[in-house]
Amino acid sequence: MSQAALDADQPWRQRLAASPGRVLAWTLLVLGAIVMMTPLAYMVATSLKPPHEVYEINIVPIEPTFENYTYILGNSPFGLWFVNSLVTSTLVTLSVLFFDSLIGYTLAKFTFRGRNLVFIAILTTLMIPTEMLIVPWYVMAKNFGWLNSYWGIMFPGLMTGFGVFLMRQFFMGVPDDYIHAARIDGLGEFAIFWQIALPLVTPALSALAIFTFLGNWTAFLWPLIVTSSRELYTLPVGLASFSNENLTAWELVMAGATIATLPTLVVFVVFQRYIIRGVVLAGLKG
Amino acid sequence: MTIERKLALQAWIFLALPVLFFCLIRFYPALESFGIAFSEWNLLSPPKYVGLANFNRMVGDPVFWIAFRNTFLYLAIGTPLSLLLAFLVAYHLDQVRFAHGLIRACYFIPHLTSAVAMAWVWRWFYQPPPVGLFNNLLNAGGLDTQPFLRSTTQALPAVLAPAIWAGLGFQIVLFMAGLRAIPSSYYEAARIDGAGRWMVLREITIPLLRPTIVFLVVISSIGFLRIFDTVYNMTDNGAGGPLNSSKPLVLYIYESAFRSYQMGYAAAQTIVFFLILLAVSLIQLRLMRTR
Repeated sequence: MSQAALDADQPWRQRLAASPGRVLAWTLLVLGAIVMMTPLAYMVATSLKPPHEVYEINIVPIEPTFENYTYILGNSPFGLWFVNSLVTSTLVTLSVLFFDSLIGYTLAKFTFRGRNLVFIAILTTLMIPTEMLIVPWYVMAKNFGWLNSYWGIMFPGLMTGFGVFLMRQFFMGVPDDYIHAARIDGLGEFAIFWQIALPLVTPALSALAIFTFLGNWTAFLWPLIVTSSRELYTLPVGLASFSNENLTAWELVMAGATIATLPTLVVFVVFQRYIIRGVVLAGLKG
Repeated sequence: MTIERKLALQAWIFLALPVLFFCLIRFYPALESFGIAFSEWNLLSPPKYVGLANFNRMVGDPVFWIAFRNTFLYLAIGTPLSLLLAFLVAYHLDQVRFAHGLIRACYFIPHLTSAVAMAWVWRWFYQPPPVGLFNNLLNAGGLDTQPFLRSTTQALPAVLAPAIWAGLGFQIVLFMAGLRAIPSSYYEAARIDGAGRWMVLREITIPLLRPTIVFLVVISSIGFLRIFDTVYNMTDNGAGGPLNSSKPLVLYIYESAFRSYQMGYAAAQTIVFFLILLAVSLIQLRLMRTR
């Protein structure tokens, strides 16, 4: 895709005059945007309402309270689930960043027999859906005693075909001269990768980091299968179980949902530019 | 040792662990699932080879066909509807300057949220009065209360709505990137030739967006085929009810494997599921090539 396509924030069009049609289109777009944000707004607002206010249609709490949060943090392992999600998502992201870029670099910058075979084999894994692997993974985790452990949650995602593909594309753009020069200077091969090549692909790395983290933070199917003891649930699994147990206490469910969602919103606000560019760059999420 | 050989050796040192990983965690389990699909296995006793029994059972299993039909419905309603909505928004948002970034952010944010958390928010919206927002709004407007998730006909669309809602932002961002990649000279030429808005849309914008459209059709089709989190969290006991009316294939696979411990039957279904996804991807490759 061309640079123009990547510059989603760069308005290249000429200034368009305001006409009644345009004002109408703008108004409809804004109404649509409000509708899009409604579920999130109600979620946060209701999490701050006392129980007797939950069924009121007004969105702003009349007597806002943090009661729901103190209740769920005190009476259920939400804090623990948050830590589980944070630790596993972070470790998987670090592993993906390291290995996917090392593989991508090797496939882009070394010539050796079998290179294409390795690349095609890794691309092929993109065609294998997770759903097809969960039964064998479960059996594997059971046999090795990985059920109910961080390692069990993390092992399937430690490297990804998508990340290898992305990083290889970017390393192809790094001039060979840089690498040759570093080699002549006597730098070791790993040091060349780590100190010379890697800093040149930080845009790709940041996109990969954000999407890997968010993908693991929101992952549900595999953590649901591999964890059965409450203490090891990740946040989505814990939220599902907590909500099923508190089906009518919607203010508590909404507080839990907010805890699960807020970090992704923070990530979005902080990295907004990277994320929108990254979506276009990568074409897909995770 | 020559420099080439040294570098080749170095490459394999870098690749050793990754090759091991992809073989043990991706390829071997994929092959293994074929083996499991031809066995009867409850995890307690050793697996027993049963030939095509699991596949035969699938053919005669009404629940499998309901799940199959539902999965197809999710795809057949979800993909066109979400792409149409996304295109409408992207097409107009592209021409808007005032508050552009803020509006785009509002459409995009739901894409990043946790599907589980959002499923619970939507589930609450669908509750009967006086709890659920939607029924409260309907009643306030003088309309009848709707059963939504408690109805066999409304549950599937009700579950689909948040899935479409969550995917919209991603499609909008890609559509806008596609729109911006169209050189403005095309539009200027069309304007000089006196082409109207519709003409420009039909003859220039949509044909030139073709790669984006094909890509989005495939990505969203796969997304709707894989629907699970939303259904699991929005239906009672995660059963895809009422009466299986919203149960997709992935949920039935999950139930077969981890609720009734029929590993063979579950694996056989994952093979069918894999073939469906493969077919969708191959159709994409074809469409990408023919111009």
